[in-house]
Amino acid sequence: MAETLLFNALREAVDEEMDRDDTVFVLGEDVGVYGGSYKVTKGLYEKYGEFRVLDTPIAENSFTGMAVGAAMTGLRPIIEGMNMGFLLLAFNQIANNAGMLRYTSGGNYKIPMVIRGPGGVGRQLGAEHSQRLEAYFQAVPGLKIVACSTPYNAKGLLKSAIRDNNPVLFFEHVLLYNLKENLPDHEYLVPLDQAEIVRPGKDVTILTYSRMRHHVTQAAKKLEQKGFDPEIIDLISLKPIDFDTIGASIKKTHRVIVVEECMKTGGIGAEIVASISDRFFDELDAPVLRLSSQDIPTPYNGKLESLTIVQPRQIEEAVEKMMALQI
Amino acid sequence: MAQERTLPVFDAADALVTREEGLTVYEDMVLGRYFEDKCAEMYYRGRMFGFVHLYNGQEAVSSGVITSLRSDDYVCSTYRDHVHALSAGVPANNVMAELFGKETGCSKGRGGSMHLFSEEHNLLGGFAFIGEGIPVALGAAYQAHYRRVALGDPNADQVSACFFGDGTSNNGQFFECLNMAALWNLPIIFVVENNKWAIGMAHERASSQTEIYKKASVFGMPGVEVDGMDVLAVRDAAKTAISRARAGEGPTLIECLTYRFRGHSLADPDELRSKEEKEEWLSRDPLKRFETYLLGQDLVKAEELKAIRDRIQQVVDDAVTFAEQSPEPDPSELRRYIFAEN
Repeated sequence: MAETLLFNALREAVDEEMDRDDTVFVLGEDVGVYGGSYKVTKGLYEKYGEFRVLDTPIAENSFTGMAVGAAMTGLRPIIEGMNMGFLLLAFNQIANNAGMLRYTSGGNYKIPMVIRGPGGVGRQLGAEHSQRLEAYFQAVPGLKIVACSTPYNAKGLLKSAIRDNNPVLFFEHVLLYNLKENLPDHEYLVPLDQAEIVRPGKDVTILTYSRMRHHVTQAAKKLEQKGFDPEIIDLISLKPIDFDTIGASIKKTHRVIVVEECMKTGGIGAEIVASISDRFFDELDAPVLRLSSQDIPTPYNGKLESLTIVQPRQIEEAVEKMMALQI
Repeated sequence: MAQERTLPVFDAADALVTREEGLTVYEDMVLGRYFEDKCAEMYYRGRMFGFVHLYNGQEAVSSGVITSLRSDDYVCSTYRDHVHALSAGVPANNVMAELFGKETGCSKGRGGSMHLFSEEHNLLGGFAFIGEGIPVALGAAYQAHYRRVALGDPNADQVSACFFGDGTSNNGQFFECLNMAALWNLPIIFVVENNKWAIGMAHERASSQTEIYKKASVFGMPGVEVDGMDVLAVRDAAKTAISRARAGEGPTLIECLTYRFRGHSLADPDELRSKEEKEEWLSRDPLKRFETYLLGQDLVKAEELKAIRDRIQQVVDDAVTFAEQSPEPDPSELRRYIFAEN
C-alpha cells in the first residue's frame, strides 16, 4: 500500500496503460514538456517522448477531431482538457464524431478514446473555468461519462476508460487532485458502469458524484450523530446510470435525494429523477429531492460562489426534513 | 459574375499516361458521373431522401487524386461524398444501397448520403458539417506518422487525402489543421475543391484572399493551384504531393479550380449562378476533355470508351436493382452500433 495523491493516481494509470500498450498516447495543451497543468502527465514526456505525449497548439476542436481520426485508425488517444470547460470549443468533434460516428458508420469504426481533465467549481476561478459539462454532454448518444472522486477509483476507472473501445468523457474535479489514499500495490481496474456504495444505510438513498460525494459524507457524519442512517451512492458512471444499484437501494430506503454540482436545469439529477419516476415510482415514500447548483454563471466572489453550490449543511437539513415526513 | 480566375496551364504531354492508367481513370470518372445522374433520377422519383449533394463536374478531382493513391491510403470526404467513396473502391452497390437506406449500404442504412463510411476501403467518412472531416483526416495521418516514427514501423507510410470545398477554407479547423500538419510534418494532402459557390455564397463574397492555395505559404507548406477540370493536371499535382507525404516530407495544399454542374444539393433551386457562368464551365467538362485526350493520343479507340460507358451504365443500373432488392435494417437492431460490442 502506498499513500497516493489523486493526481498521482491518475498519472500512474496513464503511465501503466502507456507502458502496457504502445498505441496509447496523450495529447493536449501543456501535457508534455510542462507536465500538465495539474501534473497528471508529469514525467511522461521524458519517459515516452514527444509523439506519445503530444503538446498540441491551442486548437481544441481540431486536436479532438485529430484524436477521433487516430482512434478510428487504431490508436488509443487520451485527450487532456486543460480545463474541461475548454472542451465547449470541441463540442462538435465530441458530439458528432466521437459520440455518433460509430453509429452513423453502421459499426464501421470504433472510437477508443478518453477525454479527461478537471471540471467542477473550484475556488473563485470565475464562470468559464467552473463548468460542469457532464450535464451538457449527457444527451449525446455514444458517449460514456464517468466522474472519479477518490484516488482509488480515479486510478482504476481511468485504466478501464483507456481500455474501453468507446469514447469516454472522464471528469476529474479541480478541488480533489490533492486527496490522499493508500492504494494497492497490485494492479486493479474499477468497472466504468457501476455505482459505488460509499456508505450503506437504510433511511434514505443519497445519490451523488464527484466532489459532492465528500460534501455528502461530511453531512452524513453529523446525521449519524443525530441517529439517521443514510445510504450514500456515488454514481461514478453518469452515462449510462447504474439503475441496478440505485433500484436496489430505493427498494430498501424508499426515499431519494440527489446531490449534484451541476446546475438544476437539464442536470444529471433531472435525468435521474425522471428515470426513477419511470422505474421505481411505486417504491417511493416521498418525492425525490434534488440539491443542485444554482442556475447561474458561477460568480467570482467567494461568498456568492459558496452560495452557488450545495453545502453540507443543506444536505443535513434535506435529510432531516425528508425523514420528518411521516408516511 | 466575377472575373474568372485564369486557369493554370498544364501540358498534357508531361502526363505520361499509359493506356491502362488512362482506362482506369476514365472508367472511374464515368462511374462518378453516371452514378450521380442515377441518384438525381432516383431522388426525383422519390426513391432516396434527405439532402443529396451531387458531384457532377468535379470528377477530375476525385479520380485524379484517389486513383493516384494506394489502396491502404486514407480518404476523407465531406457531405458531397458519393464519388469519393466510389473512387476509393466502395462498390457502387453498397453506396447506392446506403442512399436507399438499406442494410447492405456501406453504413448499414444508418448514415445516408452525407455519412458514407468504409473501414475496409479506408474511407474515413463523409462528414456532414463543414470542416469537421479535416481534423479526422489529420488524425489518420498522425496515426501513420506515429507508427512509423514512434513505433518504428517502416511500412506505416500511408498518406491521408482530405477533400473539402472553398467554403471550408474560411473555417477555423482548416487553418488549425494546416498548422498542425506542417508543424509535425504529417503525411496528408489537403485537396480544396474550389467550385466557386458555398450554396448561395459566392467565394469572392466570403474570402478576403480568394486564392486558397496561397494560404499554404503562411504555414511553410507547398500550395498548388490546379485546373480541376483536367484530370491529368490533378493527377500530376496529386502524385507530387503524395510522394512528398510518403517520403516524410510533409503536407501539401492543392487547390483544384472546378465547378459543380448541379445545384448545391437536389433541394437547391440554384438561382444565383448565371447562365453564362454555367455554360462556360460546362464547356470544360472534365469527362469530355479526358476522352478527347485519350483519343487524340491514340491510347484507346472510341469503341473501347463506348464499351466502358455501356458497362458502367450497367453497373449503376445493377446498383439500383441491388439497392431495391436489399432488406431494410432490422428494427430490432435500432440501438445496435451505439457502442462497440467488444
